[in-house]
Amino acid sequence: MNKPLRRVAIFCGLLVLALLVRVNWVQFVQAEELQSDKNNRRVAIERYSVPRGNIIVDGKAITGSTKTDSGDFEYKRTYKNGEMWAPVTGYASQAYGADKLESLYDEILTGSDDRLFFNRTIDMLTGKEQKGGQVVTTLKRDAQEAAYKGLGDKKGAVAAIDPSTGAILALASTPSYDPSSIAGMTDTDQENYQRLLKDPDKPMNNRPLRETFFPGSTFKVVTAAAALEHGLIDDIDAKTETPAPYILPNTKTELKNDGPHPTCENGSLREALRVSCNTVFGKLGADMGRDKLVETAEKFGFNDPEIDVPVRAARSNVSTEMDKPQTALSAIGQFETAATPLQMAMVTSAVANDGKLMKPYMVDQLRAPNLNVIEQTSPEEMSRPLSPENAQKLQQAMETVVEKGTGTGAQLPNATVGGKTGTAQRGVDNSEKPYAWFISYAKTDQGSPVAVAVVVEDSDASREDISGGGLAAPIAKSVMQAVIDGNK
Amino acid sequence: MSSTVNTGNTTTIGPMGAPSRRNTELALLVFAVLIPVFAYINVGLAKEGTVPAGVLGYTGGLGLLAGIAHVMVRKFAPYADPLMLPVATLLNGLGLVLIWRLDQEPTITTDALGGAMAPGQLMWSTLGVALFLGVLVFLKDHRVLQRYTYISMVVALILLILPMFFPARFGARIWITIPGVGSLQPGEFAKIIIAVFFAGYLMVKRDALALASRRFMGLYLPRGRDLGPILVIWALSLMILIFETDLGTSLLFFGLFVIMLYVATERTSWVVFGLTLSAAGAVTVATFASHVQSRVDNWLNPLSLAENGGVTETAQAMYTFGAGGILGSGLGQGYSRLIGGIAPKSDYILATVGEELGLTGLMAILVLYGLLIERGLRTALAARDPFGKLLAVGLAGAFALQVFVVAGGVTGLIPLTGMTMPFLAQGGSSVIANWALIAILLRISDTARRPAPAPAPSTDAEMTQVVRP
Repeated sequence: MNKPLRRVAIFCGLLVLALLVRVNWVQFVQAEELQSDKNNRRVAIERYSVPRGNIIVDGKAITGSTKTDSGDFEYKRTYKNGEMWAPVTGYASQAYGADKLESLYDEILTGSDDRLFFNRTIDMLTGKEQKGGQVVTTLKRDAQEAAYKGLGDKKGAVAAIDPSTGAILALASTPSYDPSSIAGMTDTDQENYQRLLKDPDKPMNNRPLRETFFPGSTFKVVTAAAALEHGLIDDIDAKTETPAPYILPNTKTELKNDGPHPTCENGSLREALRVSCNTVFGKLGADMGRDKLVETAEKFGFNDPEIDVPVRAARSNVSTEMDKPQTALSAIGQFETAATPLQMAMVTSAVANDGKLMKPYMVDQLRAPNLNVIEQTSPEEMSRPLSPENAQKLQQAMETVVEKGTGTGAQLPNATVGGKTGTAQRGVDNSEKPYAWFISYAKTDQGSPVAVAVVVEDSDASREDISGGGLAAPIAKSVMQAVIDGNK
Repeated sequence: MSSTVNTGNTTTIGPMGAPSRRNTELALLVFAVLIPVFAYINVGLAKEGTVPAGVLGYTGGLGLLAGIAHVMVRKFAPYADPLMLPVATLLNGLGLVLIWRLDQEPTITTDALGGAMAPGQLMWSTLGVALFLGVLVFLKDHRVLQRYTYISMVVALILLILPMFFPARFGARIWITIPGVGSLQPGEFAKIIIAVFFAGYLMVKRDALALASRRFMGLYLPRGRDLGPILVIWALSLMILIFETDLGTSLLFFGLFVIMLYVATERTSWVVFGLTLSAAGAVTVATFASHVQSRVDNWLNPLSLAENGGVTETAQAMYTFGAGGILGSGLGQGYSRLIGGIAPKSDYILATVGEELGLTGLMAILVLYGLLIERGLRTALAARDPFGKLLAVGLAGAFALQVFVVAGGVTGLIPLTGMTMPFLAQGGSSVIANWALIAILLRISDTARRPAPAPAPSTDAEMTQVVRP
């Protein structure tokens, strides 16, 4: 019986061998894939096993970490003034994952990024706990505070950019939420999260980056830029041939101005911008045609689905398939035109920066736990929607708006301000409360330090020009003031 | 290992007699006790930062069990294989540490789940060693078991059929619940008893099964009337699969029978025949039985989510293995509790090994099992009587199949079954039955290696006197 016995022994040996091969396959070949699988709870456990690195504004952390006793997770994220900074930080929640900067730089903040390998190894060898790196933002605390407090308990959003670099200085959204309230995984955190999801005001929406509005009359700045660039207008003070009201081409629809503006008839570009003439800009749009308007708008960043700051902004839209009357409507910010507050801040910043649009960004540096810089963002030119001469002409027109037009509420004592008002209509037949817009830039001897776009819900916005100037302009003013004061 | 040098002596009995190798066993036992003790301290240091308070008691307890077992083997089975007792002790000791380590996780040690399980397991281990000693003391010669061939058959059938009348636990009907005492897994005992039956039965019938056959296409086909027994066993294992929803036990019994039949008859045709039958049975059942289908689905897509959107046990086990990597997280520092329930302590105990001791530790454990199987098969080779050979190969084969089916199921090599890892996993029946299995193997190897008694002095020489005239 020994011959079959030996064969059985070989068979049993093969069984054990098969097991050995299998465990090598699972624990060596497949290990990496299994370790990072999205359903593997160890990923989250690891994320919260060490104090999370901080997000920095003006040299100070706006986040923190605290020990918890909630089950698997040792540390919990905390936020200082979370409601104000929520559009910047996003959230890192034990129960709901991470969002915005917290999500994009998760590996830096937990310290597991490949670039931190050396630090990690040293920490492991010296027996120290792994530490997270830091994300240093470009935001300005004072500007953010001015924006957030200015919006107050109204619904709205503010985006402010440094025109010369593209650095984002303020990014506010109201009503906001405190990411601390959903950072844990207790019942309270879950209730808070559910309540935030159900809130009709959508406090978790990132309005300055991720929500688009009708830009209304603020889009006339884009139309003006296109008219200058494509040679329809050379002298901003020269009269145009514009009837009031203006009949939309190929239709019998009258395009009227809001209120009696006698100067709109054959008004110059400067005058049309000052009192916000629909007729002049509508005709300009129709005259130059869809392609030219779209070309300039796209140079400003419209229709670009990948504006990453590095949080991806929503795509701002200008229709590429509109007919002539629709082009006229688009030229005054209606029809399918939609823009994020960031987009309108970019438009303003390009005008203020003499026609050069800088790529917007909000993360200046990534730092290792020992403060070594591991990544530095350098300003980058995105496009040139305007020539410097045309940009300066447009600046003059926008400065007239603030000096003696609809935007007088944004005047600053120590800087020249150029701006434009607008109203964003919402809902079918304006069934929802409209938003008032104000976009502006400030200019000092050293160039322009800030361009800002403000959009705020205004129940009394019966007339677009007054509303934008009345509610939104003071917010823009205080943000610009904060930036100028901060630069001194 | 010095025992390899020894093999020449085990099969042919020289006049000098084989060395007993008891001192080798003692030296190995010291390691088999110390390694789990270090593991125990390691868990304490990792979880609490201190040496656990029970370390002296644990060392003493395990050392005492191993010591008593060794002394009894020295007395009652002095020529027994020196490796099996240390390997079994090491696996049992590590199993206790792993269960104690998982007891430190509050989420899987709630009262609803039965609380801490290490104390109970220690008690079962003690009972197991007691049974081990009982077998050594009272079973003087394994051939005695041959007398109980048909009684064994009846007992084995009862043990296998009994769980059908008890409610299913964790999706399989392999338990019998005795109120007030607890639950037993009769399959663990049945595997020993059925090996006794097969060995006794095949001893008698092997010539008929081997020789009365027709040659067809190079294979010796058995006569129709000789097919009876194999068909009965096949039907029985299919019934286990269908009614007890237990693929593992079913596979174990059929595989055991085919192995023993092959060894007894030396006919490859039986293996071919057996494999054909089992493949046909498996495919048929897998097509019709939903619980088998779901097991197979889990096996094919281990990471897919459960119907309620949760992560399945299978996926959690795979993550646990993956988390271990090559060197593991260290004892006490893994998250195998995420598997949930008591499964990490019983069916999935290998996952904890994989995560905390890494690929290295898991391979070491598997090699230990391989070693135990190899010693069992070597015992079968060395045994001098056909019954002993068949019984030893049956027990070692059953052990090998069980290790393969459990470890293969847990690591996703084959569909998961509801059996436990011998010695390592939590479970009273399993640890007791496997200690008895080792005792029988030791008894057979003792008989095999025992030097033949010196020929009795020829009385004729004295008695027959030459009568001189």
